[in-house]
Amino acid sequence: MTIQNNSTDDSEYSEYEPTIGLEVHCELKTATKLWCGCKNSFGEQPNTLICPVCLGLPGSLPVLNKKAVEYAIRIGLALNCTVQPSIFHRKNYFYPDMPKDFQISQYDIPINTDGYVLLTDGSKVGIVRAHIEEDTGKSTHFSSSGRIHESTATLIDYNRAGIPLVEIVSAPDITSSEMAKSYVNELRNIIVATGATDGKMEEGSLRVDANVSVKKKDQIELGTRCEIKNLNSLRSLGKAIDYEIDRQIQLLNSQKKVIQQTRHFNEDLNQTVTLRTKEEAEDYRYFPEPDLVSLNPTGEWINEIKLNMPKLLIDRRQSVIELIKDSKEMSQLIGTVNTLVDQQLDTLFIETVGFGSDPTLTLKRLTNEAANSIDAAKKLNSKELAYLINLETSGKVSSTQSKAILSNLLENTSETVDSIISRLNIQSFGDKEIEQLLDNLILEKQDEFKRFVDGDDKVIQFFIGQVMKLTKGQANGKSVTQILLKKRNG
Amino acid sequence: MSQKNNLISKEQVLHVAKLAKLSLSDTEVELFSEQLSHILGYANELRDLDLSNYPPTSHPIELENIFREDVVIESISNKKVIDNAPQSSNGQFLVPPILND
Amino acid sequence: MSEFLYNAVDIIENIKNQKVTSKQIVSKYFDNIENKNKELNSFIALNKDLALSKANEIDERIQKGKPVGKLAGLPIGIKDNICTEDFETTCGSKILKNWHPPYNATVIKRLTNEDAIIVGKTNLDEFAMGSSTEHSAFGPTKNPLDLTKVPGGSSGGSACAVKADLVPIALGSDTGGSIRQPASFCGIVGMKPTYGLVSRFGLIAFASSLDQIGPFANTVKDCATILDVIAGYDPADSTSLDIKRDNFSDFLDRDLKGMKIGLIKEFNEYLDPEVSQNLNLAADLFANNGAAVSEISLPHIKYSLSTYYLIAPAEASSNLARFDGVRYGLRVAGKNVDEMMINTRTQGFGPEVKRRIMLGTYALSSGYYDAYYGTSQKLRTALISDFKKAYENVDVIITPTTPTGAFKFGAKLEDPLQMYLSDIFTIPSNLAGHPAISIPFGKDDENMPLGIQILSNALDDSKVIQVASILEKLRDENVT
Ligand SMILES: [Mg+2]
Ligand SMILES: [Zn+2]
Repeated sequence: MTIQNNSTDDSEYSEYEPTIGLEVHCELKTATKLWCGCKNSFGEQPNTLICPVCLGLPGSLPVLNKKAVEYAIRIGLALNCTVQPSIFHRKNYFYPDMPKDFQISQYDIPINTDGYVLLTDGSKVGIVRAHIEEDTGKSTHFSSSGRIHESTATLIDYNRAGIPLVEIVSAPDITSSEMAKSYVNELRNIIVATGATDGKMEEGSLRVDANVSVKKKDQIELGTRCEIKNLNSLRSLGKAIDYEIDRQIQLLNSQKKVIQQTRHFNEDLNQTVTLRTKEEAEDYRYFPEPDLVSLNPTGEWINEIKLNMPKLLIDRRQSVIELIKDSKEMSQLIGTVNTLVDQQLDTLFIETVGFGSDPTLTLKRLTNEAANSIDAAKKLNSKELAYLINLETSGKVSSTQSKAILSNLLENTSETVDSIISRLNIQSFGDKEIEQLLDNLILEKQDEFKRFVDGDDKVIQFFIGQVMKLTKGQANGKSVTQILLKKRNG
Repeated sequence: MSQKNNLISKEQVLHVAKLAKLSLSDTEVELFSEQLSHILGYANELRDLDLSNYPPTSHPIELENIFREDVVIESISNKKVIDNAPQSSNGQFLVPPILND
Repeated sequence: MSEFLYNAVDIIENIKNQKVTSKQIVSKYFDNIENKNKELNSFIALNKDLALSKANEIDERIQKGKPVGKLAGLPIGIKDNICTEDFETTCGSKILKNWHPPYNATVIKRLTNEDAIIVGKTNLDEFAMGSSTEHSAFGPTKNPLDLTKVPGGSSGGSACAVKADLVPIALGSDTGGSIRQPASFCGIVGMKPTYGLVSRFGLIAFASSLDQIGPFANTVKDCATILDVIAGYDPADSTSLDIKRDNFSDFLDRDLKGMKIGLIKEFNEYLDPEVSQNLNLAADLFANNGAAVSEISLPHIKYSLSTYYLIAPAEASSNLARFDGVRYGLRVAGKNVDEMMINTRTQGFGPEVKRRIMLGTYALSSGYYDAYYGTSQKLRTALISDFKKAYENVDVIITPTTPTGAFKFGAKLEDPLQMYLSDIFTIPSNLAGHPAISIPFGKDDENMPLGIQILSNALDDSKVIQVASILEKLRDENVT
C-alpha cells in the first residue's frame, strides 16, 4: 500500500474492510458512431468526424447503430448477463464537451443485467448491468501551470462525441485494490475476446470509475462511498483505491466523517482530490428519450449473435486446462494457462498436444521460450513442435538443446527440427554415453563422489556441471541425476 | 399572492434556475414562483386520478427496433462545423476555462 | 395574372401548361410581400434573387420539355424552426440569430426535389412556444384580417403569409395546436398529420414526442397535394413510420355515405354559445348529407391541457439545453464556462421560453418526476385508450378548433394559463399522435373566422382529408 503522511499502524487497519464497486466504460469497435454515420476512429484531426447529429445541431435526430447493439449483446452474453428489452433515457446536465447538454444513456431498463465475472483465483464479481450509452467530446485545458483549476481556456474536439460505449457496473463485491485490478484485467480479457472492443486503457477506450467505501468489520451497513473518476491504467486504479481506503480509514479513526463526493486521481501526487461533493451533485432529470424507440432484440437475433461470437476466453482456457488437468503442477500452471490464452497461443498448443507431445512441457516451452517472439510463435508448425517436445521428453535431446533448437525454429519457422539439429551439429547424449563420462569423472573426483555417497545431494549439481562442460551443454541434466542416484543406491 | 400560498417557493425557483442554467432577477423569481405554482396547481388535478391501470406512454405510436446499418457516411467539413462557432482556435471550439472560481 | 393566385394546385397546373411562368408567379407574390410584409411581419427572412433564379431555371426546363417535379415553380413559405441551408434559421429567438444550418430538413429536401421554391422563413413564437406569435424576438406577426388582433401561434407567420397571399402554401409545426389554431384565427386550412407521417429531421424540437410538421393552404385540395409530397418514411428519424400510405389527393370529392361522426361530450362545458352554435351548424350539415352524427365520451380528455403542460415543457427543457453558447448561436461572455452558459441563456431566451424551461425542469427534477412527468405519461395512455374505444364507433370526431376567434394583442400575455387555454381543443391530437385538420367555418361576433377541427385515428389522415373536403364544399354551398 502506498501511504503518505501515514501514522496509522497495521493493527488499526485490520479493524476495517473496504467495499469497492467499479464502473467500466468501454468503447465499441463499430465502424461508425452510435447515432450517426461518422467514422468511429481515434487520433484524427480535431472536429473532422462530425455531422449535425453528433454535434447535436438543432433539428438533428439520433438513429441507433445496429452493430453497436450487437456488440453490447456480445458483451452481455460474455458476462453471463440476461439480455432484455430496454429503452434509452436522457441524462440531463450541462457540460461543454457534451453537444446536446444531455447524454443518451440507459437508466432503469438497461439491455444487459445480472451477470458475473469469475476471477482467475476462482472468486466471483457480480455484474449489476452493462448498458449502452454515448461518449462525450474531448476537452483540452490551456494553462501555464498544467493544472485544470488554473486553466485560462478550454478547447473542444467533438470527434469522440457519440462513439458507442458499454458501461459495465459491478456489484460491490471487490475487497482490495489487487482484486480490483484482477477484475478489470479479467473483464478486459473477456470483452476483448468478444471482438466488441479493443480494451486499450492507454488510448482511453477502456476507462474505470471506482466507488470506494470502508466500514468496521463487524458493521453490517456499508460506509459512505466516494467515487474516483476516470482511472486510465491498472496502476492508477490500484494506487487510487489504496490511497482512498487509507484516507477514509484515517478519517474514521480520527472520529471524522467520510463525505460522499466525486474525486479525481492526481497521477503526479498519487492522491485523490475532491471534484465535487454531493450537495453539488447534479440532479440528472432522467426521462425516456422521445427521439428513440424501444429496443427489443428478438430471441432469434440473440441466438445468432451467440452462435457467431468468437470463442470466449473462459471456454478457451477451459480447453487448455482439460489437457493439463492430470499434471502434478496443475495448481501452479493456472497463471501460465492465462498467459497462453492471452497471447493467442492456445490453438497452437492444442494442435501440438494433438500430435502426442507432453502437455505440461509444451505449455512451458510455449509460454517461456516462445514468449519473447509471439508473432513467430504463432507461425510454428505444430507437428514440428510436437516432434521437438517428444525428443526432449524421451531424453534424445537435453532441455538446453531443446531450447536452442526452439529458438532457431522461431527465427525461421519454415526450417525443420532435423535440419536444425544437423546444422548445429547437436549430438544426442544417451544414458550410455553419459554413464561412460560419469565413470571417468568418478575416478578423477573421488572426494566429491564420496561426499555424495555419504548423502550430500548438493554434489549432484557439481557432477552435472562437469558433464555439461564435457558435452558443451548438450547432455540431459536429468539423466545425470538419475544415473548418479542409481550408482549410490545400487 | 403571498409566498406562503405558493406551491413552488422562491428557493425552489432558484434551485430549478440553477439546474436550467438561467439567472433570474428578484422580480422574475417572484413572478415564476407565482406563475409556476398557478400552472402546476392546475396540473394537480392529475394527482387525484387512479391511473394505475395505464402504463406510461412516451411515444404516441408504438415502434421498436429501429436501426441504421454500421456504414460510414462522409462527415461535413471542419470549416462547416466551425463556421457557426462563437469562438474557435485551429479547428477546435474555444470556451472559457471550465473550472475557475 | 391575379386569377392565378390563390390555389396552389391551379398555380402548378398553369405553370406546367405554360399559361404563366414560375417567374411571373414568384414576382407577383414578392410584390405582395413587398407591399404588406412590413406591416404584417409575417416573413423574417427572404431571398428574392434566389427564388427568382430557381423560378427561371424551372421555367427553362419546362420550356425545353424536360421533366419537372410535382410542385414545379410553386412558392412556399417555411416556419423558421425548420432548418434550411439557404436561409438563417432562428426559431424567432435571439439565441439563434444569424444561425446558418449546414443542412436541410428532410421536408425541405422533399419539397425542393419536387421543384417547389422556398421564398423565405416565417415568424413564430420563440421556439414555437406560444399561441399568438407575440413571443418572437423579431416582433409580433399581425392577423391580416384585423391588424389589432393576433394571427394565432405559434406558426402565426405561416398562417398570416397564406391568408395575406404572400405565398399560396406554407409549412408550420404543431406541438399542441400551433398549425390548427393560427389556421383557424386567420381563416385558412391547417393540418397536423399523424405523428411519424412527416419526418421531423431538421425540425428544431420543442417537444419531440408531440411535434409534427404540416401544411397551411387555402383549400383542402392544396393541403392534400402538399401532404402527399412531404409525408413518407425517413430513415433519419427513428419515429418516422415505414408504412404503405394512402395518396391523400385521392380522398377529395368523395361523399359521406356510411360516415360516422362524433361530438365530444366532455367539451360541451368549454363551449361559448356562438362557438357551440357554429359546431352544431357543421354537425347538422354532416347529418343532413348522409353522415351519422352522435355524441361520444372521452372520460380523460379534460385532463389533456394539464398533461400537455407537463410533457411539453419537460421535453423542451431538455431539447433547449444545447443552446449554451458553446457551438453556435449567441454567446455572452463569462469568466468561466458555467457563467458564460448562464449569461448566454439568460440573455438569449425570452420570458415564455424561460417559463417553460423552468416548468419542465421542475417537473423532471428529483422528487417530482413521478407526480408530474410520470403521471402525465400515464394519462396519455388513458387518453389514447379513450380514443381507441371511441373510434370503434365513429370514423372522425369534430370539435371547434379554438374556444374563441382571434384575440387582441396583449390580451393574454399577462396570464400564461389563459393563453394556454386557447389550445384546449387541439392538444388531445398531439398527445395521442392522431391527425387533425382545421377548416374555416363561421365567424365570431367580431366577424373573425372560426374553425372546425376534424380528428381521426392514427394513420387515418385520408379520412380527415375526405371529411374536411366535404365540409369545405358544404360550407361554400350552404353558409353565406
Ligand atoms: Mg454512464
Ligand atoms: Zn456524426
